[in-house]
Amino acid sequence: MTVAAGIRLHGAPRSASLRAFGAMVMRDLRVMRRDFAVVGMRSVVQPLLLVFVFAYVMPSIGTTLSSSQANVPFSTILLPGAVASTMLITGVVSVMSPLLVELTFNREIEDRLLAPLPVWSIAVEKIIVGAIQSLLTGAIVFPLALLIHPKGLAPVIDVHDWALLVVVVLAGSLFAAAIGLFFGTVADVRRGPSLLAVGLLPITMLGCVYYPWAALHSIRWLQVITLFNPLVYMSEGLRASLTPGVPHLPLWSILAVLGGGCVLMSALSIALFQRKVRI
Amino acid sequence: MTNIAISARRLRKTYGGARGRVHALRGIDLDVPEGEFFGLLGPNGAGKSTFIGILTTLVRLGDGSARVWGRDVGTDPLGVRSHVGVTSQAPNFDRSLTVAENLEFRGRYCGMPGKQARRRAAELLGDFQLADRANAKVHQLSGGQAKRLMIARALIHRPDVLFLDEPTAGVDPQARLDLWDLLRDLRREGLTYLLTTHNLAEAETLCDRIAIMNHGQVLAEGSCEELKRAAGAETIVTATYRGAAPAEVEKLAGRAGVSRVEITGRQARVFTRTADGLLSALVQAGARARVPVTDVKTLQPSLESAFLTLTGKEQRS
Repeated sequence: MTVAAGIRLHGAPRSASLRAFGAMVMRDLRVMRRDFAVVGMRSVVQPLLLVFVFAYVMPSIGTTLSSSQANVPFSTILLPGAVASTMLITGVVSVMSPLLVELTFNREIEDRLLAPLPVWSIAVEKIIVGAIQSLLTGAIVFPLALLIHPKGLAPVIDVHDWALLVVVVLAGSLFAAAIGLFFGTVADVRRGPSLLAVGLLPITMLGCVYYPWAALHSIRWLQVITLFNPLVYMSEGLRASLTPGVPHLPLWSILAVLGGGCVLMSALSIALFQRKVRI
Repeated sequence: MTNIAISARRLRKTYGGARGRVHALRGIDLDVPEGEFFGLLGPNGAGKSTFIGILTTLVRLGDGSARVWGRDVGTDPLGVRSHVGVTSQAPNFDRSLTVAENLEFRGRYCGMPGKQARRRAAELLGDFQLADRANAKVHQLSGGQAKRLMIARALIHRPDVLFLDEPTAGVDPQARLDLWDLLRDLRREGLTYLLTTHNLAEAETLCDRIAIMNHGQVLAEGSCEELKRAAGAETIVTATYRGAAPAEVEKLAGRAGVSRVEITGRQARVFTRTADGLLSALVQAGARARVPVTDVKTLQPSLESAFLTLTGKEQRS
């Protein structure tokens, strides 16, 4: 072969691949930064209202939900749940929504499929960026939930195990993004919004956001069913790391489900993604 | 000896679906030498885009084998991707990015460092008269501008082989002529080009060699002149009658030089090496059957008549 046209692969294969992967991350972060007002609002408005109504308005007007724990303000129960639900929703939606568009119509994703990178790396990149967005919105909601409460009813936060918090938060955000990759790959663009409504709403309403899982003991069947809800493990995981005074699921079960779910859901959704993009 | 830039051997592709199987490619054998501008001519659904999809690794290889710039598309897809540029039929730009960013990021996805990618993007925007649209959103581009951006994007990483999938489909006639000029200029870059089109004039204007494709097969391959000769270089005389074309016209098949006659509804089509006396015979046949001729068209030997002869033959067999 003659080398008439100049450079083909830009640099050594490994560094070129790393640059290409980095470029995909850069692209998503640039789009995120540009759309931050919209994306940020979408992610933060719901938990903000949640915290405002349940942790501020209702205690202030005297119709408070019972925390089922003596001396524990409801805001303490709600904070981990609000942060967990925000992180889950953002992780899922931030991967699923753009992917639905990129895979349909004119297949916008082709510019990345033509990169000299294995197809699975594109899926991995989506999960990583989704997890970053999930972490960012979690970090925005956390101080809001900490600050919004009536006088004297501040949430009681006690991080006794930072390593646990980091593991829960990382595994949870990756799990959420992998779920987003799954739905973004299997759904088609017309059904996406209804899938979100049908799938995400029960997950958030029944994700132990407003109560610890243990409090469900009086509705045993619901307590068992909710064990299939990933958000339960995120809420309970954050309870275990932020509010250890509130009862939570055993640590081993939280870590097993978040860790295992993150690995299995990533493997499944990456495999499906590979099948979908190369017909 | 010339190197082969694109080669396909017994390439087959079947799409399986709930509603049945579609045989998109039924055994394609094709070689495109380095430096050639090769045209793939065929009607919609002929399998052209699937063929390009396999060669650019966007579509999974079915049976058979294919190599692009010496790399096997099945076993070394990453190697293939770093040597090819592709324009797709419909604009598939990243709509979240601007015009310039679409170029920049395509370059970076190919491993170019950011600065180098931005420099190359600016250079291409200038070359393709898009400099003033650099910060526009891609949906704000006109049809012709979008096609130019698509070609620019395919060239960003300096590929060796450029695949152009119907690069002028859906643009107005003036934009098409402009794109032809641009593609003629591009030829001087000395890459290997594979262009698909169903526009015969486009293939004739731009391509060194052409393969005529239909129903997933290559029917004929050669230069424009070779194809005309291979197809018998026949003149096609088409007569339209006021009513059903008279059956008597079929007898013209026995005339010297006439290879065959096709009758479909009000139209009679005669394939012949000489049109002498044929017009009056067609008119007289109409007069005798009391169905006057309303229109007669004569198509001189051309790529179009070769195309019609070949695709017609294939349909009959």
